[in-house]
Amino acid sequence: MVKDRYVARNVFVVDGSRTPFLKARGKPGPFRASDLAVSAARPLLTRQTFAATELDEVIVGCIAPGPDEANIARIIALRLGCGDKVPAWTVQRNCASGLQAIDSAALDIASGRADLVLAGGTESMSHHPILLNQAMVAWLADWNRAKSVAAKSRQLAALRPQHLQLVIALLRGLTDPLAGLTMGQTAEKLAWRFQIDRAAMDHFAVRSHQKLAEAIDAGRLDEIEPIYSNNGDLFETDDGLRRDSSVEKLANLKPAFDRPVGKVTAGNSAQITDGAAMLLLASEEAVEKHNLPVLGQVIDSQWSALDPTQMGLGPVHAMGSLLQRQQMDGEAIDYWEINEAFAAQVLACQTAWQDQDYMQQEVGLEQPLSAIPEEHLNVDGGAISIGHPVGASGARLVLHLLKTLQQRGATRGMASLCIGGGQGGAMLLEVAK
Amino acid sequence: MSKHWHLETDQHGISWLHFDHADSPVNILSQQAFAELAECLDELEALQPKGLIFISDKSSGFIAGADVNSFRSGMRQREAEEHIHGVHELFARIESLDFPTLALIHGFCLGGGLELALSCNIRIAQDDPSTRLAFPEVRLGIFPGYGGTVRSIRRIGALPAMQMMLSGRGVSARQAKKMGLVDQIAPQRQIKALASQLIRKAPKARRQTVLNRLANSLPGRMIAAPYLRRETAKHANKDHYPAPFALIDHWQKHGGDAGAMYRSEASEVSRLLIGSTAQNLIRVFFLQERLKSLGGKQDFHPRHVHVVGGGIMGGDIAAWCALKGMQVTLQDREAKFLTRAISRAHGLFSRKLRKPRLVNAAMDRLMPDPKGYGIAKADVAIEAIFEDIQAKQQLFKQLESEMRPDALLATNTSSIPLETISEVLNDPARLIGLHFFNPVAKMQLVEVVHGQQTSADLIHKGAAFVRCIDRLPLPVKSSPGFLVNRILMPYLLEAIKLIDEGVPAPAIDQAAVEFGMPMGPVELADAVGLDICLAVAEKLAPLFDLEIPNQLKQQVAAQHLGKKSGQGFYAYEKGRIRKEKVNSSYTPPEDLTDRMIFRLLNESVACLREGVIEDEDLLDAGVIFGTGFAPFRGGPMHTIHSGGLDTQRHQLELLEKRHGNQFHPDDGWAKLRGV
Repeated sequence: MVKDRYVARNVFVVDGSRTPFLKARGKPGPFRASDLAVSAARPLLTRQTFAATELDEVIVGCIAPGPDEANIARIIALRLGCGDKVPAWTVQRNCASGLQAIDSAALDIASGRADLVLAGGTESMSHHPILLNQAMVAWLADWNRAKSVAAKSRQLAALRPQHLQLVIALLRGLTDPLAGLTMGQTAEKLAWRFQIDRAAMDHFAVRSHQKLAEAIDAGRLDEIEPIYSNNGDLFETDDGLRRDSSVEKLANLKPAFDRPVGKVTAGNSAQITDGAAMLLLASEEAVEKHNLPVLGQVIDSQWSALDPTQMGLGPVHAMGSLLQRQQMDGEAIDYWEINEAFAAQVLACQTAWQDQDYMQQEVGLEQPLSAIPEEHLNVDGGAISIGHPVGASGARLVLHLLKTLQQRGATRGMASLCIGGGQGGAMLLEVAK
Repeated sequence: MSKHWHLETDQHGISWLHFDHADSPVNILSQQAFAELAECLDELEALQPKGLIFISDKSSGFIAGADVNSFRSGMRQREAEEHIHGVHELFARIESLDFPTLALIHGFCLGGGLELALSCNIRIAQDDPSTRLAFPEVRLGIFPGYGGTVRSIRRIGALPAMQMMLSGRGVSARQAKKMGLVDQIAPQRQIKALASQLIRKAPKARRQTVLNRLANSLPGRMIAAPYLRRETAKHANKDHYPAPFALIDHWQKHGGDAGAMYRSEASEVSRLLIGSTAQNLIRVFFLQERLKSLGGKQDFHPRHVHVVGGGIMGGDIAAWCALKGMQVTLQDREAKFLTRAISRAHGLFSRKLRKPRLVNAAMDRLMPDPKGYGIAKADVAIEAIFEDIQAKQQLFKQLESEMRPDALLATNTSSIPLETISEVLNDPARLIGLHFFNPVAKMQLVEVVHGQQTSADLIHKGAAFVRCIDRLPLPVKSSPGFLVNRILMPYLLEAIKLIDEGVPAPAIDQAAVEFGMPMGPVELADAVGLDICLAVAEKLAPLFDLEIPNQLKQQVAAQHLGKKSGQGFYAYEKGRIRKEKVNSSYTPPEDLTDRMIFRLLNESVACLREGVIEDEDLLDAGVIFGTGFAPFRGGPMHTIHSGGLDTQRHQLELLEKRHGNQFHPDDGWAKLRGV
């Protein structure tokens, strides 16, 4: 039961922008998730030939909007001046939320329900909340109910130190609640299964930084719009980049998850980051009507699921199934983007991809695929150097892959992410030659 | 049958008296409106409804106040006094009706309108940002005269009431509720229901705090009045603005006795009303109305403004436009040149809007735009880059080619002729000047400049835009310095020349402030920046035969640029001026004030003669709103006329004999006509 490509109508990506990705530095950064999306999309919409009010809908991926950002997509749409009449909805598929937004936009355009959609992702991980635990919430409710002095003092006496233990939402979000493993531990599991050593991971991380540095110096990240905080601080580039990164330096880092002997460190994992990426998708009719430029075309996408404790292999499943449906082999793809959640996880994908048993038994392909050449994978760096604002990364990958295809005169690209909870998402894109 | 008031009684026996002043967009208490109100009261006294609700049918608000037009020159004190007594009687009748009365307030409720509302038993206000209650009378040189001084003190206590009346400042619905000026507030959707409920069951009367009751006692007044006088004197000179001081005297003397208060109101307010300060301030009020009306000559509703130049001027213009609801894009050559503009904008929005939600929305409307994406979408483009002809020409060429054909192209230049900039345009008629003053958020005036090449209807379009951002448009001809800087410059130069001659700066400034200027000329030059003053002076000097004083050149040469560099004619510490007191043994030259002011008056006459500005009234308006020129004197031309044309000219000739030909009367004096 292989599904066909988007049948009804062609879906074009017209244009896109993203914010610089800003490393979370312990305390809340200067931008909320909606601020980031507005900062990315405002210049994007301003440079179009049509008005923001002419959009058919706005779809935004975000894992944890702030308490004042329920259905953050609608808040973003209204703040962008789309007016009362443009509907907006928020999507959540963990680390692939941004990709989900683009997929949802593409489906609405393909089906004929929409012609012009603003879609993307945003995340302010530095703003993820810190919560009171359930016992404390219950205690507070009883405190409010206690009226007399006697009742109040009884209640006060019932307060225990564990009541004051806070719940850090960011850490909980990065932990699989069913499997009881943190995301980093799932990466450790893959490293163990596929025998990936620390040096290979650190080498991969260093390359990520080197590639990003080259891309910045060569001006290949022109999708970044400068953003300003309210007190006038200017942010123009991804600030997680370490130009001085080296295998020797990374070797000094302590394991972050399986202490004291694990291999996955903060240095070979994606950075916790704030950022947003927004794209404009259009039907052929809208492209003609508004005389829009075309960056590329969304051809197909695929969502697959697997064992949550090995979620890092999600891309192998999604990309494998997508190629199978399209009756393509790996050689048909010019450039690849696989989100760098962990160096171990991307390296594990490479190994599994070429493994006959894995591809046959777990993905359902008859033949394994050939290795993805390093110079065609994540050519301008990835989440290890750029950062991984979880809701935004999928949209960044799609946008930058299209830019890469265009810049290098290539045709076809594949963007993919692993997804906490045991899923993988992949999208096939094309640029007209 | 009433023209302005409509009475209807609902099924519960409550009468609703609708005020809808004919032939006016706002409700004003005209003579006719008062007369008809009296007839309505006759009817109501016969009808004996269960209650009476005053309500306005105007969307703009409840009542904007008394009919200021009827207070213009020609009224005698006796007439004014009789008029006030009449209103006192009318409002007393409302107060003594033997059924409950309620004022339902929305939008503005000012002066006489608030005094009418205070005569009711109950007041409720619509909880909405547009609701504003105030006693603006002091701004017209009088104080509340329709019983307001008695009833406001009775309702909210002496100190809050006096503060409201002395400052003229408005309060929001929520503030009014908090201070007890209104009994309840409700959103629009509930306000009529609330009125119906309260008229049947009156809210509990609010009790005055002990402090307020003490303050209105005789000893309280003896203590409080001198304090109020001192505070008032910080903002207003008693000789220039007698009204607030008269109000304090009035309260101190009669505060304990309502009957005496009413009588004193009538005599004091009518006395102030016929005085020159009130008459001049009323004239300025109408000048302001005239400037506002200049914005209504063309139907133009811009939504998006593109500003080029992220310096103080460009950034502040952009921020102001965003504050007033425009979509704004702000461009400069590189992203980093916009940082200061963004933080300044955030500061402005935080001060003006307060609520984070509104500040956020304003920030969303202001887009830093280093790449100029906004150009193609803008309705108005304003250039505020550095003063360089080629840079400006190049920019306008680009703007013309990328902007919509119906978009307005404007420059904020103050020194390059429009005719020169527009040479490079395909359609030179498209370019106008929009000359803002620094600080943009404080200076209400914007000179709308037309060059010889500018098409006439674009002036109206420019003026319409200026009104859209709540500023006052002043159409002026493109000539060096336009109106405001041109008139200001000789005055500033004369002041600095006096320093050359050895007069201490504080003495010069003190003389100007005593004349009624908001700030002395030397301090003003420091605030503007001495380098800028020198640059403008050097531009204007050859054209208008001005002499640049040595002190100005020397200060700039020594890099003493004024407030911004920490040292100018005065020293500054953390941005605060350090002004030494003038030695009490020092006697300034007798004609100190005249020397400064007559330069200004003479230049005004020259501007009129050259047609820089259309008429004397507009000139007065421009100089008052553009420089803060003593409003109570009614502007330079009005000062000339009230001093007597011949006398003033003679004075100028005397100055010429004494100090040289910078005082040579302009040829325009011969053309002036006495009023």
